[in-house]
Amino acid sequence: MLKVSCIHAFYGNIQVLKNIDLQVEEGSIVTILGANGAGKTTTMKTVAGLLKPQQGKIEFLGEDVTGLRPDQLLRKGIALVPEGRQILAGMTVMENLEMGAYHRKDNEIGQDLEKVLERFPILKEREKQLGGTLSGGQQQMLAIARAILSRPKLLLLDEPSMGLAPLIVADIFKIIKEINETGTTVLLVEQNARQALKISDYGYVLEIGKIVADGKAQDLLNDPRIMEAYLGRKSS
Amino acid sequence: MLIEQLINGITLGSIYAIVALGFTLVFGVLGIINMAHGEIFMFGAFIGVLVTTSLQLPLWLGFLAAILITAVMGYMLERFALRPLRHKQGVSHLAPLISTIGVSILLENLSHHLFGAGNHPFRASFAEINFQIGSITIYLVQIVIFVISVILMMALSFWLGKTKAGKALRATAENLETASLLGVDTKRIITMTVIIASAMGGIAGILVGMAFNSVTPQMGLSMGLKGLAIIILGGMGNVKGAMAGGLILGLAETFIVVYGDSGYRDAIAFLAIIVILLIRPQGLFGQKIST
Ligand SMILES: Nc1ncnc2c1ncn2[C@@H]1O[C@H](COP(=O)(O)OP(=O)(O)OP(=O)(O)O)[C@@H](O)[C@H]1O
Ligand SMILES: [Mg+2]
Repeated sequence: MLKVSCIHAFYGNIQVLKNIDLQVEEGSIVTILGANGAGKTTTMKTVAGLLKPQQGKIEFLGEDVTGLRPDQLLRKGIALVPEGRQILAGMTVMENLEMGAYHRKDNEIGQDLEKVLERFPILKEREKQLGGTLSGGQQQMLAIARAILSRPKLLLLDEPSMGLAPLIVADIFKIIKEINETGTTVLLVEQNARQALKISDYGYVLEIGKIVADGKAQDLLNDPRIMEAYLGRKSS
Repeated sequence: MLIEQLINGITLGSIYAIVALGFTLVFGVLGIINMAHGEIFMFGAFIGVLVTTSLQLPLWLGFLAAILITAVMGYMLERFALRPLRHKQGVSHLAPLISTIGVSILLENLSHHLFGAGNHPFRASFAEINFQIGSITIYLVQIVIFVISVILMMALSFWLGKTKAGKALRATAENLETASLLGVDTKRIITMTVIIASAMGGIAGILVGMAFNSVTPQMGLSMGLKGLAIIILGGMGNVKGAMAGGLILGLAETFIVVYGDSGYRDAIAFLAIIVILLIRPQGLFGQKIST
């Protein structure tokens, strides 16, 4: 479904991604692991159109989408929940959700809104509150709910469990699994490697802008070298 | 006497609020002070003079022409003076500010050239109509100015708060990247914002022409600086702040003329900024576009 080939990306003169290749099969969950500063966020930004790659090609559903803007990619079905959630703090929870469906023109938006509020009762409770007043976990729920409302085919999640209490982290992973089961393909960046791989089909390991390992999630989980390097962080 | 001055203050303040709204919208979305806004406002006033006084056409046509022409000016400003500088590597973040200063000088010179340096009277057909309520005199012009300003502010608030495009503007003002990830074509929103802000400046220009019966090429500069003062007072990028700040400044100026020394009138705005910045550096209402 998504095919990233030979991507080189820069911030100014500094090269951050060097020849990245990765692929996401329709219906799967794929995780990108890597230490801080490895280039995970940069990879996500490049796929979502926030950063234009200097070289390389991004194909989505067989179509070349390299260099498209984020709003154009969203219309094609790629949604990103960015690192740090990026809730619109000065807009209400409801307005944040409505913005999720901004590009849609169908008449099922109201219906989808209700479904989402049912799935996330805490958001329904806080419907009229400003996004900025929510706790970290609630903001993450809002960010995910907002992205779902765009009806993405491919959902990109950049460290959705960052800074959250273990109980909420477990909740987030459950939600990701659910979203996937309803037919949305997921590309995930996580530091919570063990939990991420457990729900994933495939994984990539990124190190200083390069992919150094990849394989079935199960194989990565059983690989002692990768376990040591990336799963050492206490999780689960 | 007091009530009359209050009415004068509110009339002036509501015009200031409209000018300040133009500044605050652009600041909210682009994070820059549009130094050409005052001159676009001045053009609006001149177009009003041209249509109503020189061509003797009705006032509503004056408004329509001013809105259209200042909207086009806003589009040109964004397209040729601001957009080329955006997201360019190595361009100073001060570049757009300097660019708008350049446009403001250009427009002022152009207006000298087109309209002459002198003072142009603005004759609204109903300039002399007034009402006596007890000892108070209220001019119809004041009522018209106030009503138009209030309608404009209410319409803007509604638009920002309730419509899809208005929400997209607020999202863009809050976080451009997030807005674009949510499917907002931020380039279009930016263009639209500068156009709306400029058209509001044009409307304010006519209102000032009506209020003071005088239009000059220099009026843009002083109004621009006051608008700037108001948005610092109210909170940069804040819509309510611009409205409240405009009203406060209008009242303060009116009362200083009556009870103090009219020579200090124009200093009031800047005194207010200094005081506010010392007490509340974020302005009265804090940051960014909200409803
Ligand atoms: N806007 C930027 N300008 C310049 N360099 C940047 C910028 N953003 C990131 N970098 C650099 O690019 C490299 C990769 O950053 P990136 O954010 O992609 O890492 P990451 O894997 O997401 O890390 P983390 O786990 O901390 O989120 C880092 O060395 C970082 O310092
Ligand atoms: Mg990151």
